[in-house]
Amino acid sequence: MTDLTRLSAADLAGRLTAGEVSSVEATRAHLDRMAAVEPAVHAYLHVAADEALATAADVDRRRAAGDELHSLAGVPIAVKDVVVTRGLPTTAGSKILEGWVPPYDATLVERIKAAGLPILGKTNMDEFAMGSSTEHSAYGDTHNPWDLDRIPGGSGGGSAAAVAAYEAPLAIGTDTGGSIRQPAAVTGTVGVKPTYGSVSRYGLIAMASSLDQAGPVTRTVLDAALLHELIGGHDPRDSTSIPEPLPGLVAAARQGAAGDLTGLRVGVITELQGEGYQPGVLARFHESLELLRSAGAEIVEVSCPHFEFALGAYYLIMPSEASSNLAKFDGMRFGLRVEPSEGPVTAERVMAATRGAGFGDEVKRRVILGTYALSAGYYDAYYGSAQKVRTLIQRDFADAFAAADVLVSPTTPTTAFKLGEKLDDPLAMYLNDVATIPANLAGIPGLSLPSGLSDDGLPAGFQVLAPAKADDRLYRVGAALEALLEKSWGGPLLTQAPDLEVGK
Amino acid sequence: MSVELVDYDEAVSRFDPVIGIEVHVELGTRTKMFDAAPQTFGAEPNTAVTPVSLGLPGALPVVNGTAVEYAIRIGLALNCRIAETCRFARKNYFYPDVPKNFQTSQYDEPIAFDGWIDVELEDGTVFRVDIERAHMEEDAGKNTHVGGSTGRIQGADHSLVDYNRAGIPLVEIVTRPITGAGERAPEVARAYVQTLRDIFRALEVSEARMERGNVRADVNVSLRPTPESPLGTRTETKNVNSFRSVERAVRYEIGRQAAVLDEGRAVTQETRHWHEDTGITTAGRIKSDAEDYRYFPEPDLVPVAPSREWVEAIRAALPELPAERRRRLQGEWGYSDPEMRDVINAGAVELIESTVAAGSSPAAARKWWMGELARTAKTQDVELAELAITPVQIGQLQQLVDAGRINDKLARQVLEGVLAGEGDPEQVVVARGLEVVSDDGPLLEAIDAALAAQPDIAEKIRSGNLGPVGAIIGSVMKATRGQADAGRVRELVLERVQG
Repeated sequence: MTDLTRLSAADLAGRLTAGEVSSVEATRAHLDRMAAVEPAVHAYLHVAADEALATAADVDRRRAAGDELHSLAGVPIAVKDVVVTRGLPTTAGSKILEGWVPPYDATLVERIKAAGLPILGKTNMDEFAMGSSTEHSAYGDTHNPWDLDRIPGGSGGGSAAAVAAYEAPLAIGTDTGGSIRQPAAVTGTVGVKPTYGSVSRYGLIAMASSLDQAGPVTRTVLDAALLHELIGGHDPRDSTSIPEPLPGLVAAARQGAAGDLTGLRVGVITELQGEGYQPGVLARFHESLELLRSAGAEIVEVSCPHFEFALGAYYLIMPSEASSNLAKFDGMRFGLRVEPSEGPVTAERVMAATRGAGFGDEVKRRVILGTYALSAGYYDAYYGSAQKVRTLIQRDFADAFAAADVLVSPTTPTTAFKLGEKLDDPLAMYLNDVATIPANLAGIPGLSLPSGLSDDGLPAGFQVLAPAKADDRLYRVGAALEALLEKSWGGPLLTQAPDLEVGK
Repeated sequence: MSVELVDYDEAVSRFDPVIGIEVHVELGTRTKMFDAAPQTFGAEPNTAVTPVSLGLPGALPVVNGTAVEYAIRIGLALNCRIAETCRFARKNYFYPDVPKNFQTSQYDEPIAFDGWIDVELEDGTVFRVDIERAHMEEDAGKNTHVGGSTGRIQGADHSLVDYNRAGIPLVEIVTRPITGAGERAPEVARAYVQTLRDIFRALEVSEARMERGNVRADVNVSLRPTPESPLGTRTETKNVNSFRSVERAVRYEIGRQAAVLDEGRAVTQETRHWHEDTGITTAGRIKSDAEDYRYFPEPDLVPVAPSREWVEAIRAALPELPAERRRRLQGEWGYSDPEMRDVINAGAVELIESTVAAGSSPAAARKWWMGELARTAKTQDVELAELAITPVQIGQLQQLVDAGRINDKLARQVLEGVLAGEGDPEQVVVARGLEVVSDDGPLLEAIDAALAAQPDIAEKIRSGNLGPVGAIIGSVMKATRGQADAGRVRELVLERVQG
């Protein structure tokens, strides 16, 4: 019998529609897989087995009754714990929200529920999405399924690891500076950061409001397009949501898979290669470029001279917004509440004690940075200058997109590093996101798909960037490259990953 | 701590007061500034809330379009320019009644700016106040401190927070420094706040009820030796919530600051609390440069960019504002300037307008409201509008007079009956039997009786001496309990004795 956990979401959906398998069977298969590998991977913070099975049974019933269902109805999904889910604990990876059960659903969760996708659980992440390794979770590390001693990326390491380890066919991630794409790259999965405003932020626990964007985490490009179309589109509850309808993403993925990219101009960003990039990562990147060329694409070189300031601007804007967004976690209304151990119990002292005890070091580091950057007398030099850099990066992209239809780069400079390796070196950790951050600063969409294994036998990622609102280009190019790569590998890259159940 | 004050007249003779006023008005929109929670006054605590107004993780704001329209109305009524585009900003500070620990407000990009408004003092003097800006923001929740003696936080055992008010739309209107008012600064302050209150009501953007806190004023006061001197250090007295208190608070601060300066000390730049009961201010927070709200543009909202077409449509639909309305009514009613001013100062404009609409002449309406009713209100120590009589009833009363069914004296009795809750004027007339006697029969009977009872007077009249006629009329009026028409009685008496 087929292992249902190995199917892509599109294939599983097809079998569900054909009545070959039930959603309860599919959901149970994933819960069983979780039971087997979670002790090693720890991708989930909360497993919602009963709720998922109830949704699955309901979908099966409705399907049997002949109801018209969404094409993904019955396909299980994992949701990053930064997205609020009514009735399911939501911690954002922080002690300060331990035990909090939201009274409402994020818009994207409403859409998932309305479409009948069983939510398997909530995935691990760096606290408040601050990190590139998931080591900043208050609830323990998540391990990379390719090598359990290595990081799964971050902040969405839990979603990427869950999908890579066949603990879910689909997952939701959020990407503020690369938190969907970098985990995808280091786990051999697919991750898309949509255009800013493409997917509603209502119900995402905000880190940096002007940069945050939710998106799909999957094993195939087509699956990402299916999930993106489900969760995307206008939401009147998010003022920054794009009013126009999404471009045809699934159609673009299907078109791309046919493999013809004749006439497409692919721009290679000069500044996102070379020094600091692992040779194996660059080798896979250039092989992928050759494949795109073989499919008819024209490869051009483009320069984005202001990208060198992107990381610096990002580490001013992101902490500034985060320092304000995280102010609400004060022990007054929800979540953790800590009273001072001595002295008077005033509101101010309870707030201080709660935040002191509830936030981890990386969160405190960014709150302090942001508070400083916004302070009177420093605002212009820090926040103000960073916003100017942001404008320059947007102009770089505008110029580059005049010369190319999509831009490409390695997603990350290196493959997954060892757990603990960069924990005490924040700057080294921050450098992981050097290739992903510019897209967030400009609000444009980006996709990462696996480009092969580097010299160390670990997956490397290939990033595709498109102009704002042209997310369909990501899926066309991504699906084309994916088809060509899989042909060269003789199947999906993940089939080369070690078997996590060897001890069984 | 008792504070020595300099006598007010002396203070203003030696110092030039400068004031500045910040008025917050709660907009009467159906829902809050940034979410769909309803606005309900007096609801159970924490029931008029959504994830947005509670600041729950993940919640996002959306600007209330009606609130923007109301803010533009206010801006236009205050002769402001309306921004072509403007943004909200976050004002960051930790306080339990601010659910997100930042207030979403406008900082350097207000929706309306550079305006002015003329305010009229009680003696008719018109004073122009320059408006620096009017900006949109959200209200905070309400803290209740439990267990202390005074309801203040000091000594309280614990505090309760009600977030029903959190997120209610506010417009804050900030004046430029108001100079040149001299000794009349307290009056100007009061008249300014009152003018704004009247404008809010006319614009139908707020119920503008001071006692509910719909309108709140912060008054800034500073003193300088002469009008040519640079501005002195100011204090900001927060939450002064009645017209009278605005005047008193400015007056108090002038006296207090003069005393501080006379002692050679410097005025401390601080916020001060107003104490309604004792009529004094006390020191609050010290305002220093250390206070840093870390303003930055609200990234969860897009800029508000009212199109010029929309602004002009709002301008075209603006209702008549109180000042023009008063000018129009004065013309229609034919009141003199002092008469109109008395009416305005008595708060009787609307009452008279309704009374006229109910069928009274403007002169009669003014006579009633500024005469008999004003005296009654004074005796009862209430506002005119609080009397147990409506403008419609006054209109009906006057129509009875005009129709000759009652005379002035009877009308006062009818009024008394209406005020006593005996019903409409018509009902009082019937119930009390107060109608003028117009049938000659009963009058002739009374005349005959009076002539018979006073034969010597009757004789004098018959002999052509008309002097004592009044005595006979008096007797008849007495006999008919005032319901006779005195003129008719006179005619009948003369007919009787001379006929």
